[in-house]
Amino acid sequence: MAVLLIAEHNNKELRPFTLNAATAASQIDENVHAVIIGHNSAEAAKQLSQIPVVKKVLSVEAAHYENFTAENFAPVIVKLAENYSHIVCSANTFGKNLMPRIAANLDCSQVSDIIKVISSDTFLRPIYAGNAFATIKSNDSKKCITIRPTSFDPCESTGGSAEIENIESSEEFSNTKFIKREEIKSDRPELGTARIVVSGGRGMQSGDNFKLISDVADKLGAAIGASRAAVDAGYISNDHQVGQTGKVVVPDLYIAIGISGAIQHLAGMKESKVIVAINKDGEAPIFSVADYGLEADLFEAIPQFMEELNKLNTIQK
Amino acid sequence: MKILVAVKRVIDYNVQIRVKEDGTGVVTDNVKMSTNPPDDNAIEEAVKIKEAGKATEVVAVTVGEEKAQETIRKALAVGADRGIHVKVDGMLEPLAVSKILQKVVDKEKPDLVFMGKQAIDDDCNQTGQMLSALLNWPQATFASKIEVKDNTLEVTREIDEGLETIEINVPAIVTCDLRLNEPRYASLPNIMKAKKKPIEEIVASDLSLDVSPRLEQLKVEEPPKRKAGIKVANVAELVQKLKNEAKVI
Repeated sequence: MAVLLIAEHNNKELRPFTLNAATAASQIDENVHAVIIGHNSAEAAKQLSQIPVVKKVLSVEAAHYENFTAENFAPVIVKLAENYSHIVCSANTFGKNLMPRIAANLDCSQVSDIIKVISSDTFLRPIYAGNAFATIKSNDSKKCITIRPTSFDPCESTGGSAEIENIESSEEFSNTKFIKREEIKSDRPELGTARIVVSGGRGMQSGDNFKLISDVADKLGAAIGASRAAVDAGYISNDHQVGQTGKVVVPDLYIAIGISGAIQHLAGMKESKVIVAINKDGEAPIFSVADYGLEADLFEAIPQFMEELNKLNTIQK
Repeated sequence: MKILVAVKRVIDYNVQIRVKEDGTGVVTDNVKMSTNPPDDNAIEEAVKIKEAGKATEVVAVTVGEEKAQETIRKALAVGADRGIHVKVDGMLEPLAVSKILQKVVDKEKPDLVFMGKQAIDDDCNQTGQMLSALLNWPQATFASKIEVKDNTLEVTREIDEGLETIEINVPAIVTCDLRLNEPRYASLPNIMKAKKKPIEEIVASDLSLDVSPRLEQLKVEEPPKRKAGIKVANVAELVQKLKNEAKVI
């Protein structure tokens, strides 16, 4: 039996976390097959076939797969599942939406958001916003697993040449209609994979003040993050939220500005390699996880920070 | 339109979680418990839809031990009409909970089922999607805006790339994000009134379902602690440390 990896893509190319999920899949069993479900997604299927750990690609094409609707995707995977011991995808909004629908149809108790593969049936996963780690053994005959992408390194993306097999599509689910997607386009790195993340919180006081954050981010080639409080207040859009119910990031450098550090926010960033906190409240919980804390008014500190960065001859990108 | 809202009793989001020394779980004795936060948003949305004249009844359901009834009382105090408490001992996996909810749906025949997108205790993010799979209903997960039309809902979903809007035909499942609305507080008179609202009790074992666990929790442990860092005196020192000590910029 092999592992079936569900590829995440935008019909043109693979989304980067597919590589992290492929790493996790290959740690469960070296025989990894990957399925790509989409519309006019041949190029992405080709990319998938070039991943060395992927031994075979299953491609399923139909117009009703264009928008990744879980109700359309799940029956395809359920049909393929009989040949596989494990089904794996990323625990981002794509996988979170899709995998439980597959698991329930297979009568399988899903293991969500694993951060480590201990053996082919035992996994480590955070619970209570990362305040505890649970070791979970699955006794289901088939295992549905979502993986936390930032806990697994991306695998090599080229050098492989897996066979691509075309699979027949399933019927369209007519009770769900896609209307539109508002993707926020940005030239900055993706939040989930950026080497540096600069985040702002309620302390920014307004959406306009987030310009200060974006200036620092642009200078450092960083992605922009935010606390839930900042998103709720409308300072910045939801795709920037870091935390228990937002994104989990593990950059080399995380700079938290005007963020007090509620446990729900820490859940999304405390595994970062180096954490900087700038906050005028010296008692803020964010300082308990910060490698370098600066107790200062951010409206004075950020311009000074920009000035000091400008003095540097080089900045790593 | 009739709306069924599923709520779960969890450790309050403000409580500092402590892992039991024997590694069997987290400490729950004498710990403040509350309704799972996004479940409050689910109740609020259902009540708002009813207040707008677009729903006729809001029924709150919970699956849990005796004390889980508190979450039903709270839902009744903010506007749900009646409650259903499915009694079980201990924690069930989301698959088992969705099978129980399916039985409740078969009996109640709601047009919509709402619940939070994720419970903040096990962080599984599964139950809504599993229930819609079992019912073969449409699912709108991570909803931050719901517009009720005749027999459809237009739902804005929060996804990693931004926002997505879908239209789903009822009957359907919606899982709610914290940004969907601002849950109201229960007023004292409404808390008193809620005590008179009916709660039906169902014993899970009477439902002839297999809810036995498929997963074994072998161990629960503390996550690795971060070493405390240092405070820097000024911005110049910070940049110097990042450049020369941490070597990250």
